[in-house]
Amino acid sequence: MIPAAFDYARPASLDEAVRVLADAGEDAKVLAGGQSLMPLLRLRLAYPDALVDLDRLDGLREIRDDGDAVVIGALATHHQVLRDPLVNEHLPLLARATATVADPAVRHRGTFGGSLAHADPAGDLPAVALALDAVLHARSVRGEREIPAAEFFVDWMTSALEPDELLTAVRIPKLGPGWGVHYEKFHRTAQAWAIVGVACAVRRVQGAVEDVRVALTNMGPVPVRASAVERFAEGRTLSRDALRAAAAHAADGTGPPADLHGSAEYRTHLAGVLTARALTAAAGV
Amino acid sequence: MPRITVEVDGAVHQDDVEPRVLLVHHLRDRAGRTGTPVGCDTSNCGACTVLMDGLSVKSCSVLAVQADGREITTVEGLGLGGAPHPMQRAFHEEHALQCGYCTPGMIMAAIDLLRENPDPSETEIRAGLEGNLCRCTGYQNIVRAVRRAAAEMRDPAAAREVAP
Ligand SMILES: Cc1cc2nc3c(=O)[nH]c(=O)nc-3n(C[C@H](O)[C@H](O)[C@H](O)COP(=O)(O)OP(=O)(O)OC[C@H]3O[C@@H](n4cnc5c(N)ncnc54)[C@H](O)[C@@H]3O)c2cc1C
Ligand code: FES
Ligand code: FES
Repeated sequence: MIPAAFDYARPASLDEAVRVLADAGEDAKVLAGGQSLMPLLRLRLAYPDALVDLDRLDGLREIRDDGDAVVIGALATHHQVLRDPLVNEHLPLLARATATVADPAVRHRGTFGGSLAHADPAGDLPAVALALDAVLHARSVRGEREIPAAEFFVDWMTSALEPDELLTAVRIPKLGPGWGVHYEKFHRTAQAWAIVGVACAVRRVQGAVEDVRVALTNMGPVPVRASAVERFAEGRTLSRDALRAAAAHAADGTGPPADLHGSAEYRTHLAGVLTARALTAAAGV
Repeated sequence: MPRITVEVDGAVHQDDVEPRVLLVHHLRDRAGRTGTPVGCDTSNCGACTVLMDGLSVKSCSVLAVQADGREITTVEGLGLGGAPHPMQRAFHEEHALQCGYCTPGMIMAAIDLLRENPDPSETEIRAGLEGNLCRCTGYQNIVRAVRRAAAEMRDPAAAREVAP
């Protein structure tokens, strides 16, 4: 189908973009890579009055080193993130998860910021942002603010961004030496969304599990940190059995959805299995 | 209505377009490039794949206004002087199509894959084409065709010798 009519603006600077967005009011939408928004417009599940297209804000595509963190511009495409040397060196979990997102043509257009702002519980990158304690930078005519990933995903397809706010960049602390990472995604066909996904990072020190981060995709309306797993694994002697025992707590406190891909019980079961795989792969045991 | 300038298969087109017009409709209805079909409403099938500034995109998921100032290559812009592109020839020779609906997008996605990886393995070809659905062939001959085109594009002389 052809989308319903809308006004279109393509601001040339960030200042102009936030001004245009503020003036456009509540029924305006930001357009980044369009890889989630265009299908919604075509199916007429969304019919905004106006689109504010960020496509020409090349300054927001930059990925840069910021000491103990990497700062990723909101408009960096999945394609760019996958090939970026800083991401591959310091944020390998993000590189691995991004490789499972969609297909090459979608990755050429879709953006990291768009994936987070869209706040789809089946999206792979929100869980990665949560596991890595990312901080999201938002900007509007009212000023700038920083939102920790743990507060950014508010509800099903709802982020903490106000209608007049743009996501500009995401700051992600580097994982130092000793960390192993893994993204385990379960889906039935190629180029499909996660039925459940597990983002995980493990730091091992002298045969012990020193630090663990686990976040789950599609186990509720928002990505969730599997804190019970983290608690049960940390401080243990490193072994497959210890990690598997911790993984059994993956679904604790979650409320997974039921849909045509699987029931809530099925997802609960998957979360444990996939978390065990992710933990052992990340820890290299 | 915004005025846009898009280079399509080497020819510059200037048009006034409604913002809601999809690139694929612009290519078909204004630029006359009907070789690029539409296969779905969900950005899944890949039939509409074209190159924008050299990178594959699903032209149903880009607005025509977003192509302003950019270069588009469709399946009709391939080949030189009437001779088919090696990828088109390989699809023909390996019988990589039946109804042909997926073929324009498949060929553009395959060319994009070889740009990044001139010698892909079978697994890499399957991953590279995962955004392009074919309801007829079962993909085997498509994978074969991409391997054949890759060999030919790496070394045109040698490939012609082994070709039947
Ligand atoms: C066939 C297909 C398969 C896919 N498979 C997967 C998958 O397996 N895993 C996965 O994670 N994703 C998948 N995706 C989605 C893809 O990752 C999108 O790129 C992503 O969800 C949205 O990014 P975008 O830049 O395209 O955003 P857009 O579509 O442009 O925008 C999405 C939403 O975010 C808002 N927004 C975007 N950028 C900003 C910003 N900077 N500030 C404020 N608001 C903003 C928009 O207003 C809109 O509401 C798939 C998409 C397709 C078409
Ligand atoms: S028409 Fe199906 S992806 Fe474009
Ligand atoms: S040949 Fe018919 S869909 Fe591929």
